[in-house]
Amino acid sequence: MISDVVVIGAGPAGLSAAVAAAEAGAKVVVIDENPRPGGKLLGQLHEEPGTGWWIGADVSKALAKRATDAGVQILTNRQVWNITPGWEVFLDNGETVCARYAVVATGAAERPIPLPGWSLPGVMAIGAAQTLTNYYRVRPGDRIAVVGVDPLSLTVAHELSMAGADVVGIYLAPRNVFSGTLSDPDRNLQYLAGMSELAPNAFLRWGGRLAANRAFRNLALTFYPKFGLPLMGTRLNLRKSIVAIGGNDRVQHVEIATVDKDGNPGKTRIVDVDCVCISGGLYPVQELTKGSEMAKIDELGGTVPLYSPEMETSQENLFVAGNVTGIEGAKISMAQGTLAGTVIGSRLGLIHNPEAVDTASAAVRAARKSSAITFMPDIEQGRQIADDLWTQLEQGKTVAQKDESFA
Amino acid sequence: MVALKRISEHPVLGPLASEEIEFEFDGKSYLGIKGDSIASALLANGVRTLRYSNRDGEPRGLYCGIGHCFECRMTVNGVPSVRACITQACDGDVLESQGEDRRENHDDF
Ligand SMILES: Cc1cc2nc3c(=O)[nH]c(=O)nc-3n(C[C@H](O)[C@H](O)[C@H](O)COP(=O)(O)OP(=O)(O)OC[C@H]3O[C@@H](n4cnc5c(N)ncnc54)[C@H](O)[C@@H]3O)c2cc1C
Ligand code: FES
Repeated sequence: MISDVVVIGAGPAGLSAAVAAAEAGAKVVVIDENPRPGGKLLGQLHEEPGTGWWIGADVSKALAKRATDAGVQILTNRQVWNITPGWEVFLDNGETVCARYAVVATGAAERPIPLPGWSLPGVMAIGAAQTLTNYYRVRPGDRIAVVGVDPLSLTVAHELSMAGADVVGIYLAPRNVFSGTLSDPDRNLQYLAGMSELAPNAFLRWGGRLAANRAFRNLALTFYPKFGLPLMGTRLNLRKSIVAIGGNDRVQHVEIATVDKDGNPGKTRIVDVDCVCISGGLYPVQELTKGSEMAKIDELGGTVPLYSPEMETSQENLFVAGNVTGIEGAKISMAQGTLAGTVIGSRLGLIHNPEAVDTASAAVRAARKSSAITFMPDIEQGRQIADDLWTQLEQGKTVAQKDESFA
Repeated sequence: MVALKRISEHPVLGPLASEEIEFEFDGKSYLGIKGDSIASALLANGVRTLRYSNRDGEPRGLYCGIGHCFECRMTVNGVPSVRACITQACDGDVLESQGEDRRENHDDF
């Protein structure tokens, strides 16, 4: 199959890139391994200040319709396993798609937190629970424990209780080699500080305010109520961690340990639940950009491709957009996609307005300013590091922090 | 029939789609809703175990929900190792779990 542009990933970033290029007149093919377009947007549901509910399933549908109306061909149920310069994209069914321009918009995935019993049916990633609840309208469980304190776990806990589940609490990860600082109460409070005043619900605003100040964090942890704090139908526990999950052929209970202010475990107790949701944090899915200059930038969520202000990687005509460049919210991903699509439209000679690219860049900055959730607390620092590395690259220097060991 | 874990009422999202599908899993017949993934249709019916692990024959279910971990793989209409979380459930599907239950009956604790 031959096209002007091939986009990998039909999440908000990929769809927005496709729309911008196709509405300018380009021939665009989008590929996604899911049965329907939308990516992580499909399961999203939160209240945005001023604009009401953000229903990801509806936004996805509208974006996909706009794309197909503009002539975009969306191939679903197709996994991309390789791309080669030129650009040629190889699909799992043996087909290939050739295009002058390629956009990698493969999004984000979740880090697991292995803990005893985590392979039992009923234990799932927080994102799986989000999609089940808000998209498929199936309750992942009736009594649910959440492991991991971060903006995503708080958002999903709220969504689960809205859907009628009893969320017994949000707990810290156990201290083990995999959890790193996730088991550290202070680190978790700091993480909550990343949530702005604009946070989508009172649940998140509360956490954000509490955590912004170091002295208050210390005080809060010392005096943090033993039974957690009640929050919108559940309890946020910064002094308790889930140390094991048990059950015969499915989740039946969790073992909860109280932890001191530094995260050391104390007494344990058994609580009956039928589902455990694990939130271990998000990382960019970047395997397909491996041929480009990459850098490991923890502030952005892991290893990411470096890219120009026009979203182009170090490989000519290979663009990136969305969470593959770092973990941020859906509106930012959409703006990045629009920018990439606009640049491609201009290079193809289809967009004649000389200001179109600048306008699209400004929209990315505006989306960042008004973002309701900040997933990575030091995201701005991370972007600065990435920008600096790109500048160095442009100046012909080698990238010092290059790290190819990321699996 | 409203399935066990189906969210039929939701304070923000509109009404639930109602077109039903019927499929078979390990010889038993179940109802789902058009648009369900195989994993969501089974969970709506309270079915969590999708396969048994190769080594110990322990039950496994949905984990990542986005096609990355392969914990949800099963045989779909004769095709083995299809990911139930990113495959749409269709009317008339014949689904089978892979592996066999070789668990000793004990609690994990
Ligand atoms: C579990 C989870 C929950 C989130 N919740 C929220 C939230 O509530 N609010 C919010 O603002 N943000 C949330 N985010 C952040 C989210 O990533 C962004 O909002 C946004 O969806 C990113 O858009 P994207 O287009 O970059 O990637 P995605 O939405 O991740 O889409 C990427 C698409 O690429 C496809 N893909 C990847 N690799 C391949 C391949 N090799 N072949 C074929 N297709 C492929 C995937 O199937 C997917 O559909 C969440 C992220 C995750 C992981
Ligand atoms: S649950 Fe991970 S691939 Fe299906």
